[in-house]
Amino acid sequence: MNVNLTGADFLGILPIIILSGFGVVLMVLSVFSQRFHRMTIPYLGVVGIILALISNFFLIGKDYLAFQNMVRVDWLTVAFNFIFLVTAGLSLLLTTSYSEQEHIEFIEFTPLLLFSTVGMMLMGSAQNLMMIFLGLETMSIALYVMAGFRRNHRESLEAALKYFLLGAFATGFLLYGIALIYGVVGSTSFTAIAQYLNKNALSPDLLFLVGTGLLIVGFGFKVALVPFHMWTPDVYQGSPMPVTAYMAVGAKAAGFAAIVRFFTLSAAQIAYQWVDVLWILAVLTMTVGNVLALVQKDIKRMLAYSSIAHAGYLLVGIVADNDLTVPAVMFYLVAYLLMNLGAFAIALIVSGNQERRTRIEYFKGLAETQPMLALAMAICMVSLAGFPPTIGFMGKFYLFSAALYSGYVWLAIIGVINSLISVYYYIGVVVAMYMHKPVDERRIEQVVPGVGLVVLVAVVGIFIFGIFPGSLAGLFG
Amino acid sequence: MLVEYIPILVILAMALIVAAGILVLTHIVNPRIRNPIKLTTYESGIEPQMEARLRYPIRFYVVAMMFILFDVEVIFMYPWAVVYKQFLSQGWFIFWEMIIFLAILFAGYIYLYRRGGFQWE
Repeated sequence: MNVNLTGADFLGILPIIILSGFGVVLMVLSVFSQRFHRMTIPYLGVVGIILALISNFFLIGKDYLAFQNMVRVDWLTVAFNFIFLVTAGLSLLLTTSYSEQEHIEFIEFTPLLLFSTVGMMLMGSAQNLMMIFLGLETMSIALYVMAGFRRNHRESLEAALKYFLLGAFATGFLLYGIALIYGVVGSTSFTAIAQYLNKNALSPDLLFLVGTGLLIVGFGFKVALVPFHMWTPDVYQGSPMPVTAYMAVGAKAAGFAAIVRFFTLSAAQIAYQWVDVLWILAVLTMTVGNVLALVQKDIKRMLAYSSIAHAGYLLVGIVADNDLTVPAVMFYLVAYLLMNLGAFAIALIVSGNQERRTRIEYFKGLAETQPMLALAMAICMVSLAGFPPTIGFMGKFYLFSAALYSGYVWLAIIGVINSLISVYYYIGVVVAMYMHKPVDERRIEQVVPGVGLVVLVAVVGIFIFGIFPGSLAGLFG
Repeated sequence: MLVEYIPILVILAMALIVAAGILVLTHIVNPRIRNPIKLTTYESGIEPQMEARLRYPIRFYVVAMMFILFDVEVIFMYPWAVVYKQFLSQGWFIFWEMIIFLAILFAGYIYLYRRGGFQWE
């Protein structure tokens, strides 16, 4: 027995260590401070996230395995860490005004969000199925609690319970899949799995394939693929808005981190076995998500179905399974981050006190009362629908061209048709803002600095990376 | 290789047959006496007083959960203590590892204490 941990091991998880430390310290700090000081805790959380982002820069250009091949440090780790940390930071900014608005104590919120981000980063840097499981649970358990934070609201409690029960069930599938794969390979390490598949690419053990199928179920639940999407609308609607934004972006990115790590990078040898399954799931996910979003009256539910559809687009990139897959998926995750957080931030402003005004009709006349806000929302919607010159267009362009490159013409065509369907409901919000009279003439939405900053970052990002996509795509190779 | 598992299959089949057989058999041959005393919850025990579905404080769950939490965390110290000396020869890493673990645990304890997790009322 020998434990040799060097500095490189700890450097590899430095952002994770920093964020965990901040989480623990803030948890203790939050119970010792007076009410006034509690308001500063989300900002301290943002400081922790910024420190973690800085430490993330030390990992750039590194490529090695740490902690006895449990953790992988490569450019993908850095990129995923970046996505998770930015998501967490922007979501925290959304919460800064939320506790007063909702009249609930948000003491544990910041630490929970930090711990959840730690889980996501563990998933992004996993080189072992057990690490994926560990990260997934760390992320999910914190998210279950966060979903129920409006504890005086029925829907929030329903969301938490539903997410917890179904999530625990999905985790069971994931674990069983891991167990079967371990039974065949004799190890849960991605390195060992890749070696096994190199030898048995043409005739993998049936149990291995069953295990892979169960992994699809487990990951599919987390990223809300049809038919594992049933929880999404209810949980997204019931959760507090900042949590919904964080969950929609962060948990989805973490799920795709796991999918990329396992399917694209480790199980590529048997791609012929899982590509068809994911092809069907991608088509189903895009279509069901977009069609059901058409009839939604509530902005949160609409964005929930839209997030299902976007999981489908991302899956198109995974199905393509060529050199463009990983860059295209990473680019789209960044695009999804920016436009979705922007949309949720504006929905948070419009929803107002106690989130009573989440129906899309409350967007009517926003162009008169708050022109800048309406413009920002229109930009986010146009980007989500995938029009140039926004990042949403470039993201879809990369994903579908990856699919075409591998010869999946029909998949790309179905994807484009789905984008066209989605235009209807995204533009519906824009129409409501610009072509209708306000429901309540006297009401003028208040923009607090933290939320305004999120909107600004989103809009600027959508345009910069939409017009100069090379600056971002270049980083992903 | 699968042949080795046949005895288990036999045991499983036997268990199923015995269990199902007993259930069916008692159903056929049991005496049927139905009177109010026979149908009470405890035929020769204490008289039932009220329904079993009571509302009781949610504190019980919180206390049980905290007990399990700290119980499981402390369990981790046993394997640590067993290999402690063996690993100490390689440096103080194993010592500091547990100190950090306990510090995180203690932070959780402080949090619970201040948040009123141990107060009954």
